[in-house]
Amino acid sequence: MRGFSLVLRRELALSWAGGGGPVLALGFYLAMASLLPLALGADPARMVAVAPGFAWLVLALASLLSLERMFERDFEDGALDLIALGPAPLEMTALAKGLAQWAAITGPLAVLAPIVVVALGAPLSLAPIVVTCGLIGGLSFCFLGGVGASLSLGSRRGGVLIALIVLPLFTPPVIFGAGAIEAFGAALDWRAPLLLLCAYSLAATALCPFAMAAAARNALS
Amino acid sequence: MITAISIESLAVARGDRALISGFNLTLDAGEAVALAGRNGAGKTSLLRAVAGLIRPSAGRVVFHGEDGEIAAEDAVARDAHLIGHQDGLKLSRTAWDEALFQAEWTGGTTASARAACARLGLGKLLGLQVRKLSAGQRRRLALARLAASPRSLWLLDEPMAPLDRDQRGVFGQLMAEHLAGGGLILAAAHDPLPIAARPIEVGGGENAG
Repeated sequence: MRGFSLVLRRELALSWAGGGGPVLALGFYLAMASLLPLALGADPARMVAVAPGFAWLVLALASLLSLERMFERDFEDGALDLIALGPAPLEMTALAKGLAQWAAITGPLAVLAPIVVVALGAPLSLAPIVVTCGLIGGLSFCFLGGVGASLSLGSRRGGVLIALIVLPLFTPPVIFGAGAIEAFGAALDWRAPLLLLCAYSLAATALCPFAMAAAARNALS
Repeated sequence: MITAISIESLAVARGDRALISGFNLTLDAGEAVALAGRNGAGKTSLLRAVAGLIRPSAGRVVFHGEDGEIAAEDAVARDAHLIGHQDGLKLSRTAWDEALFQAEWTGGTTASARAACARLGLGKLLGLQVRKLSAGQRRRLALARLAASPRSLWLLDEPMAPLDRDQRGVFGQLMAEHLAGGGLILAAAHDPLPIAARPIEVGGGENAG
């Protein structure tokens, strides 16, 4: 447990202090949101119809941005050797890395998402469901992303490879999250898709650390 | 606590190439072994195999404790230090943050980390970012965890390469104290170690077979 908190603190410090992490993702998100009206034209009705789904999809994309640094930096500078010889098993470290990624990247994105959705013209009443989906779905983005990041260890241009590995796995959370937001907006039953999103995220959180650790061990050997 | 290790007919392959085969070695408490061999002979792979980072293609490494054999994973996770070619330091963090993490991660405390840094002459550098340190200073920062957290088995891969003469002396003292306290050292080094060590040749290499 001590090892877990040590590595979690380190990961958080690295992603917040190193700059780039959250700022980059938030900047990307805002830039995409401001490009949307330019691409769609000035018709507010069309914007309102598209905004929630768009915000959700871009959140998924923005969470890809700093995945490359999740394992690659530790692998390149030798810290992964040290981490592999520590008190916590690599699975625990992978869990800490995923949670740190969530706290530093998708968490802030989930808080920004409702602001973007409302700014694009959607009703304020959508804000709670957008935050909820962002925070819950963000977990699955981080952990599935972590699997991609660890699988691409040691390859050149890992970033592109990560996106190719991970994006297909993003399909279920993107569908469930968008479904929940849309149903909520239309005053339909939004609980079912939200619960499915919860289930998917919890499964990803529970299972992905094992895959990440196995891939990291393979890269070290 | 590891009191002895025995490497039994170990074989390590990298890709299709067999680097080491039939390697035997016994290392007892208070003993140091210096691995010599050409570039590419497999010294680093041997150390990483002992650390459990590489799965050997044959043979095994047995760790003995006071009460008999210890499972390799436990032995390495609790009681071995590996100093590799890379120092495992984050350039953007301060020297102290990194030294403290490395020490705590391997079982040391804030006080022991501070004492170890002072011992290695890092006192004035601790506030600096790692990127501002020289190669020798970074290596000393990584070596600080050897002194900061007591672990029996030291696996050292060219530990002194970037160190100057004075620092080699300090490091030699550290190693001598470690051995006197019943520690074990397995080091790959081209330069002679500043302590009495049993030389072992690791075969193979670029020009062999």
